[in-house]
Amino acid sequence: MADSTKQPGPPKKPLTLAEQVKQQKQTYDQQAYQRLADSVKPRPRVLVNALNAFWVGGIISALAQIITLIFASAGLNPRDAASATVIVMVFLGAFLTGLGVYDEIGKVAGAGSIIPITGFANSIVAPAMEYKREGFVFGVAARMFNIAGPVLVYGFIVSVLIGLIAYFLK
Amino acid sequence: MSAPKRVGQHTIQFANPPVIVATATVVGPKEGEGPLGNTFDMVIDDSYFGEETWEKAERKMLEEAVKMVIAKAQLKPQDIDFLLAGDLLNQTISANYAARSLGIPFLGLYGACSTMYEGMALAAMLIDGGFAHHVVAACSSHYDTAERQYRFPTEQGVQRPPTAQWTVTGAGAVLMAPAGNGPRVTHATIGRVLDVGIKDPNDMGSAMAPAAVDTIVRHFQDTGRGPVDYDLIITGDLGRVGHDIATKLLGEQKYDVSKNYSDCGILIYDHERQDTHAGGSGCACSAVVFAGHLMGKLNEGRYKRILGVGTGALLSTTATQQGESIPGIGHGVVIEKL
Repeated sequence: MADSTKQPGPPKKPLTLAEQVKQQKQTYDQQAYQRLADSVKPRPRVLVNALNAFWVGGIISALAQIITLIFASAGLNPRDAASATVIVMVFLGAFLTGLGVYDEIGKVAGAGSIIPITGFANSIVAPAMEYKREGFVFGVAARMFNIAGPVLVYGFIVSVLIGLIAYFLK
Repeated sequence: MSAPKRVGQHTIQFANPPVIVATATVVGPKEGEGPLGNTFDMVIDDSYFGEETWEKAERKMLEEAVKMVIAKAQLKPQDIDFLLAGDLLNQTISANYAARSLGIPFLGLYGACSTMYEGMALAAMLIDGGFAHHVVAACSSHYDTAERQYRFPTEQGVQRPPTAQWTVTGAGAVLMAPAGNGPRVTHATIGRVLDVGIKDPNDMGSAMAPAAVDTIVRHFQDTGRGPVDYDLIITGDLGRVGHDIATKLLGEQKYDVSKNYSDCGILIYDHERQDTHAGGSGCACSAVVFAGHLMGKLNEGRYKRILGVGTGALLSTTATQQGESIPGIGHGVVIEKL
């Protein structure tokens, strides 16, 4: 009734709901749509990102090498110097995360700052800081390994497998 | 057969279009520095807003926006018949806890980022249906609460892809009444949930664009109108990627929107300066751009009639981790300065 004044043109025969859904499916053929979306999306700047990852990752690794050399020259054997370096790098990663700097580095460097052990420290400290508000048990402790957890689990599994292989090959 | 206040197949045409008598906005510091900074009522200078957690800050922004809109209309909370509100957090805690302290009869909504338009459409129905005199529709979102719920801890050193969008920190509220001064809500086209198989939670624009287009096309078919009948067609938070896709999809259906179509997610941030990738998103994106910038233009008379489409990506981390794709929705509302 009330809408009769504004109703435009001759009314078309409405489709049933099932027909409409079918029409929708045809209109938005998923693969065709994905192609359209891909043609519009901005491309990640692969070369710039790779260069940034390279030099940031390189600096982190070079820094670790310097620290190793310092420990070695102070009299630690190579094995202990490496362990001490790992401790220092983990501390640095955690410290920079606490200062709110590491996420800024990560924004530029991507994998360059995720892959080194400083990135591993970041992935543990960041959730620990984030979930402090949910308490020390269910927040910090329970969610600390939210992101690092999978790395640890599969890291352990692979190390066990390699250990077994080494044992039987001996 | 057809209900009296409907036109075409899916569109509601209000008999006595309800009036938007007041709007209020509260935004975070980044939004305040953006190009629309001076259109907001209140810019908080710290994303904690004096609270211990971001969740509490978001809730407080929503409360402030609702209180402000009621005060602007020179009313009291007891004059409001319904509060329709929602947000992005699990169990819509911002809206629930804000409603706890406001004491207004409350209907909680979840439409993801389309919540503001869902709320405005329902508020207009409640008023035109004669069920309410004053209704407040409101919603909020917060960059940090959304990041920690949907993505990574905020200090995690990750790189965002260029399609990622930035969740708007803010809250918007709209107060509607049957009569008064202000623009009116004349039509609403309710969205359908549409899923085009996008699985990347960093690409919301592509996931939502078809739903927005579907609503816009149905709206045009139902009302017999076209893009030229609107001073502006504006989607909620498709961002740059979704905006371009929507323009192409509408073009394929012979609707040329190249001149008068924009997106709140593009307007709210300065793309060059603010490092927000594809643009803004979140419930507050369409809410604060509408309640601030667009209401200003409507009241000035710069825009006479706009079609706003609130877009929502109905994303759930559980569902995407189980391999589901991300469905989208778009609710269209026509606002007209008569």
